[in-house]
Order: sequence, then C-alpha cells, then structure tokens
Amino acid sequence: MDFISILIDWAPYLLTGVFITLGLTAAGLGIGIIMGLPMAIGQVYSTGNWWLDKIIKSFIAVFVWFFRGLPILVLLFLFYFGIFPAIGMGSLAPFFVGAIVLGLRGAAYQSQIFRGAIQSINEGQMTAARSLGMTKLSAIKNIILPQSFRIALPGWSNEYPNILTDSAVCYAIGVAELLTRSSQIVSQTYEASIYFVCAGIFIILNYAGMKGLLALENRIAVPGFSGSGEDNQVFL
Amino acid sequence: MSDEEYILRVEDIHKKYGNSEVLKGVSFNVKKGETLVFIGPSGTGKSTLLRCINQLTVPEQGNVYLRDEEVTNSGAGINYFRQKIGMVFQNFCLFDHLSAVRNVEIALIKVRGMKPEEAREKALYELRQVGMEEWAEHYPAELSGGQAQRVSIARALAMDPDVILFDEPTSALDPELTREVLEVMKKLAQAGMTMLVVTHEMGFACNVANRILFMENGKIVEEGSPTDLLENNESSRTRQFVGGLVMGED
Ligand SMILES: Nc1ncnc2c1ncn2[C@@H]1O[C@H](COP(=O)(O)OP(=O)(O)OP(=O)(O)O)[C@@H](O)[C@H]1O
Ligand SMILES: [Mg+2]
Repeated sequence: MDFISILIDWAPYLLTGVFITLGLTAAGLGIGIIMGLPMAIGQVYSTGNWWLDKIIKSFIAVFVWFFRGLPILVLLFLFYFGIFPAIGMGSLAPFFVGAIVLGLRGAAYQSQIFRGAIQSINEGQMTAARSLGMTKLSAIKNIILPQSFRIALPGWSNEYPNILTDSAVCYAIGVAELLTRSSQIVSQTYEASIYFVCAGIFIILNYAGMKGLLALENRIAVPGFSGSGEDNQVFL
Repeated sequence: MSDEEYILRVEDIHKKYGNSEVLKGVSFNVKKGETLVFIGPSGTGKSTLLRCINQLTVPEQGNVYLRDEEVTNSGAGINYFRQKIGMVFQNFCLFDHLSAVRNVEIALIKVRGMKPEEAREKALYELRQVGMEEWAEHYPAELSGGQAQRVSIARALAMDPDVILFDEPTSALDPELTREVLEVMKKLAQAGMTMLVVTHEMGFACNVANRILFMENGKIVEEGSPTDLLENNESSRTRQFVGGLVMGED
C-alpha cells in the first residue's frame, strides 16, 4: 500500500486522536484558568484573617512549587501509578489522569501569569473603587480582573502551544492521543512518514489556536492597554 | 452652635506609620456648602488626613462624623459613607479599561444597584456638568489630564455625595489644564457642594475657599478666611509659606 492510501485508511483513527489531543489541551487551559485565577487572587490579596491568609498562601505556594518543580513525565507517572491508585482511583482512564495533571500543572503556571498581571495594576485603581463604596470583592471582580485579563492575555496565550505540545507526553501512560495513534499506525504499517503527518497536524493546531487567541485579544482590546494584540504577530 | 449645622465633623484624628506620628490630633468642622482649602509643606499629612476621613486609611484615634453619623468604626457601613464622601485624586485614577461614561456609571450599577439605562442617563448628566459629555465613549488613555480629572469629578458627583475630598487635583496638570479643572471646581462650590481641597493653587484658595487650614507636622497650625490669613496678617505662617511658594522655595 502506498502512503496516500494508508493515510486515507487511517484518517478517522488519526482524527479521533486530534480530538483527544485537543481535549487534553482544553483541560490544561480550562482547569488552569479556573484554578489559576483564584490562586492568583489568593496570592495577591488578603482576607484580613492572619491564620486564614497564612494557610491559603502557603497552600498555593507549595502547589505552585510542586507542579512547576517536577518534570511533566514524573508528574504523570506519579499520579497514574502512585497517587490515583493510592486514593482508590486506580481505574481512572488514562485520558482523565492526563487531563487532570495537565490542568493542575497549567493552574500552577497560569496562576503566576495572572498574579503578575494583577500586581502590575496601579494601586490607585483599587483605591478609587473603594472610595466609591465598592467592596473589596466587587472591586476585584469589576475593576481589577477585567484589567488583569487584558494584561495577562498575551502571556496566557503562550500557554496554549505549551500545553498542546506537552499533551503528547500523555503517550507515556497510554492516552490514545495524536502521537500515540501515530506511533500505533507506524508500527502496524511500517510507514514512518506518518510522523510527518503527526507533526504537521500539531503545527496546524498551533497556528489555528494562536490565530484564534489573537482575534480574542483584539476583540477585547482597549485603547491604552499594552496587552492588546494588534501589533503582535504569530510566529510559527 | 449646635452640631446639626455641621455636615462633617473631624475630631482629634491621630495616625501613625510605624514610629512616626503623621497626624497628631487634627480637629475641624465643616458646614454644608463650605469649601475648605488645606495647604502646608510636603509630608505634613494632608493626604493622610483626607484618607482618614473616608477611612481609606484607618486612624488609631479620633472620630469622623457625617451628618452626626459616625464614619469611623462603622464596619461594613463604611461603603455607604464612602458613597457620600466622594474623592478626587491627584493622578485621576480613572478605571483604565472603561470608557468615560462607564467610569461614571459603574459604581451606580455595582454599588447602588441602579438599572443600567438609568445609570447611563445619570452618568451622562454628570459628564455634562463637567463639560465632558462629548467624550463619553472615549477611554482614559485618550483623554488629556484635565479631561480625565473632570471625568473623575463626574464619577464622584454621580454618587450624590454630601462632601467631596480633592487631593491635589491639579498638581499633575499643565497650567492650561489646571484652569479647566479649577473652573469646574469653582462652579461646584458655587452650586453649594461641600468640598475639602488640598491644593497649592492660591488663586483658587483666595477666590473660592471659605476657610484656609494651614497644616504643618501633622497639625492644623493656622485657620481662617483667606483675607485673614493672607491679607490682614502680615506675619501669618500661611503667608510666609505662600510667599515661599511664589518664590519657588517650597
Ligand atoms: N502608607 C504609608 N506608609 C508609611 N508612611 C506613609 C504612608 N503614607 C504616608 N506616609 C508618610 O506620612 C507622612 C505624611 O504623608 P502625606 O502623604 O499625608 O503628606 P502630604 O501632606 O499629603 O504631602 P504631599 O504634599 O507631599 O502630598 C509622610 O512622611 C509620608 O512618608
Ligand atoms: Mg499629599
């Protein structure tokens, strides 16, 4: 069989892998932002209760240190073979283990992106909000976060290619994502060129995603915010 | 004179930062519609005093009353008093991600719970008061300093405050822009707004202020009408200081 017919035969199989890869990436970004944002807020602001603050801030610091400090492969093995079996969830499908690990790791990185953005906002914004009678929480929600988002978006966008490419490591615990499926095809057909296809798909996903994020940046851009995407370029 | 006649009373405010006592017992009363101008050397505690009034800074000792209700020690009630005590900052502090009109309406919606259409209408009205209605859809980065400051005055006005605190509202502005902001403030004073203004604009102080309070080392050391302090009393501390300002010795 020639390369083209192999490709056509296996296309549906490969395409499913694309969706699984995108699923892992979406989990990494999604869990990352859902957990990363509150973590960033917890790191920057205080509740006023000394003990509570101490506990929250130490927990976040350890979390970030742990997930940024370990190689992703080590994290995957640790969770897949160690932590999940130990807590009675050893039968959890590899996909979910991969998604959770990418998500928690994403949260650790993204919390620091958002923290930097929040801290870069002039103190006067909070002061002005409070001076109008806003509660601290309302000021964070209505004033600080919308500004932080715009500032953080370019940095946050970079998490997309990072997580997309990292997701291929889930191969190691047997998640049937793009790389895993490519390598299965290669071992069955002896057609190593499939890896070119695999690489090509990653590049396309990368490019399309970055274009989408850039469009989002431009859409929410506000005059005077350096975070706006207008002059940014997509580099492949 | 009974307490009823004062809209704002400030009693014996003390504030320390570490070991240095920045406010050493400051007291004064303000009648409705009065404009008070605070002047004094840098680092004397003028900004700190204003921030103690709306509790952005919490003093160790002393009380503030607005219409006989205690502002100090008001717990969560402080968010009500802060609506009634507006504040205008030296560097405007407009919300950078919001257009001028959104800057003015946001607290109406989020704090007062006003309906968006109603808030928009009120915001546009306040912008008109400061001559900024045509700039409603522009973002802070697109405004001159004077325009930004006028929007920030509209933002404070929108909450229907009893008093507005101005902390050096024109210090960051060119003379040209300073004039347009002072015009707005003068108009407000004439319309009966109660205002506490920290400024070194002596023209404004002489023409608009009912009283000048001269602060030094955390205390009010002189207090009186502009005429008393600047014309009648040759040797007043205020006059010496103002003379220094003119000579550029501040
Ligand atoms: N948050 C703070 N922490 C520590 N010290 C402070 C703080 N805020 C003000 N101070 C100190 O308190 C003193 C009074 O400051 P304040 O800003 O009230 O003076 P000011 O009269 O407004 O001066 P200026 O004319 O320069 O604005 C200064 O010595 C200042 O350094
Ligand atoms: Mg000051």
